Amino acid sequence: MGTLRRASVLSVGIVTALVAAGCGETTSNQAAASPKPVIVGLVTKTDANPFFVKMRQGAEREAAAKGAVLMTGAGKDTADAAGEVTAMENMVSAGAKAILITPDSAGVTAAVRKARSQGVLVIALDSPTDPVDAADALFATDNMVAGKLIGQYAKAAEAGKTGIKIAMFDEAPGSTVGKLRHNGFLAGYGIQDGDPQIVCVANGGGNQPDSQTAMENCLTKDSGINVVYTINEPSAFGVYTALKNRGKQNGVLIVSVDGGCTGVGGVKDGRIAATSQQYPLKMASLGVDAGVDFAKNGKRVSGYTDTGVTLISDKPVSGVDSKDTTFGLDNCWG
Amino acid sequence: MLARLRQTGLGRDPGAAVARARVISALGPLVALLLASLFFTIRTDRFLTTENWSLITQQVAVVGILAIGQTLIILTAGIDLSVGAVMAYGTIVMTRLAVTYHLNPFLAIALGIGACLAFGVLNGVLVTAVRLPPFIVTLGTLNIAFALTHITSNEETIANLPDPLVFFGDTFRFAGTTITYGAVLAVALTVVTWFVLTRTIGGRHVYATGNNPDAARLAGVRTRRVLLSVYAIAGLLDGIAALVLVGRTGVGDPQAGQSANLDSITAVVVGGTSLFGGRGSVLGTLVGTLIVGIFRNGLTLLGVAAIYQFLITGVLVILAVAVDQLSRRTRG
Amino acid sequence: MSAAQPAAARTPVLEARGLVKRYGVVTALDGADFDLYPGEILALIGDNGAGKSTLIKALSGAIVPDRGEILLNGTVVHFRNPLEARRGGIETVYQDLALAPALDIAENLFLGRELRRPGLVGLVLRVADRPRMLSEARAHIADLKINVRSMKQPVETLSGGQRQGVAVARAAAFASRVVIMDEPTAALGVRESGMVLDLIREVRARGTPVVLISHNMPQVFEIADRLHVMRLGRRVATITPKSHTMTEAVALMTGATSFHGTGG
Repeated sequence: MGTLRRASVLSVGIVTALVAAGCGETTSNQAAASPKPVIVGLVTKTDANPFFVKMRQGAEREAAAKGAVLMTGAGKDTADAAGEVTAMENMVSAGAKAILITPDSAGVTAAVRKARSQGVLVIALDSPTDPVDAADALFATDNMVAGKLIGQYAKAAEAGKTGIKIAMFDEAPGSTVGKLRHNGFLAGYGIQDGDPQIVCVANGGGNQPDSQTAMENCLTKDSGINVVYTINEPSAFGVYTALKNRGKQNGVLIVSVDGGCTGVGGVKDGRIAATSQQYPLKMASLGVDAGVDFAKNGKRVSGYTDTGVTLISDKPVSGVDSKDTTFGLDNCWG
Repeated sequence: MLARLRQTGLGRDPGAAVARARVISALGPLVALLLASLFFTIRTDRFLTTENWSLITQQVAVVGILAIGQTLIILTAGIDLSVGAVMAYGTIVMTRLAVTYHLNPFLAIALGIGACLAFGVLNGVLVTAVRLPPFIVTLGTLNIAFALTHITSNEETIANLPDPLVFFGDTFRFAGTTITYGAVLAVALTVVTWFVLTRTIGGRHVYATGNNPDAARLAGVRTRRVLLSVYAIAGLLDGIAALVLVGRTGVGDPQAGQSANLDSITAVVVGGTSLFGGRGSVLGTLVGTLIVGIFRNGLTLLGVAAIYQFLITGVLVILAVAVDQLSRRTRG
Repeated sequence: MSAAQPAAARTPVLEARGLVKRYGVVTALDGADFDLYPGEILALIGDNGAGKSTLIKALSGAIVPDRGEILLNGTVVHFRNPLEARRGGIETVYQDLALAPALDIAENLFLGRELRRPGLVGLVLRVADRPRMLSEARAHIADLKINVRSMKQPVETLSGGQRQGVAVARAAAFASRVVIMDEPTAALGVRESGMVLDLIREVRARGTPVVLISHNMPQVFEIADRLHVMRLGRRVATITPKSHTMTEAVALMTGATSFHGTGG
């Protein structure tokens, strides 16, 4: 029994080491190159969410084009600030001149300030640091505007109709992005939290199955829901499935945010009425460019750069600018 | 003639007294279920309708199946943190094979369930052969399954599934309401597991292994085989849950299953099974699953903010564990 | 009751010759011998570290000795694990009883050897025959005159003496040749110890010889037919309650005196 156990532990260890080595290969390959290439670091909230994966891929492409080395790291999940801090510290000691980070929370602020004091340029992507000026610059979607656009769209699309009943599906409580989009939608629609037209507000988890459950329960509460705000497109698909199971999918207006290719496909086939498209690839490539610029020329960016939001819909309404799904699919991420 | 051995304070008929105590502790979750239902019924007239209850059964079917495997493992004083992640991996395997690689749907389903079973066997081997603690082992396989899910799916959801894959989301009408085959499957699997646990030798060995593994081993119970089986069966059930999830949502979604891990453990604990092993019932788990589902449903109907669901779930779990502890102290 | 015939005329039920067991530099058994005759209660006594537990473990299959041989009814046997010893008809009652507290008396009694329902149901599905196990458990418990009302009581609701009774009943029910007991009264009060000693006598009365380890000299002298004294890993004497006093027995255990002459 002793030998079997030892052999098992040994083989598990060897296999693990091999797998880890194999996976680590891709990043270490790039370090081979020419004399002192510029190193830029990218730290995302997680590497398990398509949005951040696409961001990473965009950064990798831009870094390759500019002949820079990109180091990547991520937290375990969207609440792992400590993981982001560790990744950032490692990159700085490995010689990164600029760090691009999608901050989880105020938990990364101290580490961001420390990196800057060591002469590293730190740019926040997608969400601001807390406070905003802790980082050198912010390249992000204005999530408030993203929400506002779809709020305005929904208001205009339903103009003149009576009996409006709104449901809103956020993600886990405490998400800053969630709050911005939620409040943006309300502002765009011209109402506030607690408005009698809002019949259900629930946590759809930002994912499809949980949003389906949440919508089913909201429909039980009030089967007349005809306008739905969702925080992202997977959530919207879950809502649609719940409606379809009840045969109600045709009378309900669903709006969303993100503009991933799958999401735009949802607009094209009519499941989602309109979505605010954001540009993670642009955030990433602008970030890499700024990082390389800083390393080579010492040029520091600062302030907020809006990477843009475009409303995508095949059924435009007056008073709100939008582009159709052809544009959406051309510019989508994923 | 020998002197009579002194009885403990169980009165004239200890067998009946013990049976009574067992029934009371098993009834705990059921009482909680009834109280919760009563509360929501009073507060909204939309709760106690056949449609709403049909909905609740559909919503809890997936976690209900995961919780069966979790019950088996917790009965052996172990725990499985990987159930949700393994299930998510199963959904990706079966949907990708069926849609992207155009494999025969039934073969795709079999391979998807097989992949989950493989994870279960891996858990079992690491726990029994390498003797690592279940918490650590399943924490490891959780991460592995999670990573594999995202790597193989390339972060894309897979839609347009062929009919066999979504069968368990299909419904039929019964007694004036619609029921999904998935919900029926969850109940059927629970009943079968209950029968095996209470009436067969293998089932009693699960309890013995959890209650006193040394005693079981010395008595000739093959505890290593028992442990390997429960982890493997849990893996199989993860695969079945994956199929039911796919039927419910109609897609293979790499983001699925993240809350399912803790939900399955909550269902087991609230259902009265002891984390120390050797005590509990899979029927109690079914009640626990319903309780969790009822709260999620009822609180949404009442318009309570989502954050309170976390609060209430936490309170429920602590109450359930406290009741278990107190009833242990009143036993001999 | 003591043996009616002279020792040489009887074949030992269980016998060991020259057992050696070392753990690194520590020698637990140093050429230990052992005899157990039919129908007797043999007490294994000795100071701490004398090798009593190790000898018992070797006889019950829990360890495999480095040298020496064990004979069961005159035939040499090699027990590689406790299950093989059990199959040889040797049952052991461990010091911690090895009972599952949440399971009831009948389940504990038949643990590892459950009865199956007849037919396909039992063969294929391994469905347990609960009614039969309950009635047989009742019979075994009543046989040893242990007073417990219901076989459905979880073992944890029983008193210490009752639990010991269940453990002894289990061993007695299945032992065809020998019952070994490790410190059966160590955790019990005076009254319950007395009940357990009665149980041991009942086992002997049913024809099964008993080996027991005990530190309790008065109880040993009350119940044993013969005493096997161990010191430093070997048997230094076999005596009877009639041939020696308690003080003399203790002296042999500590090495203050040595053994001369026959013991019976």
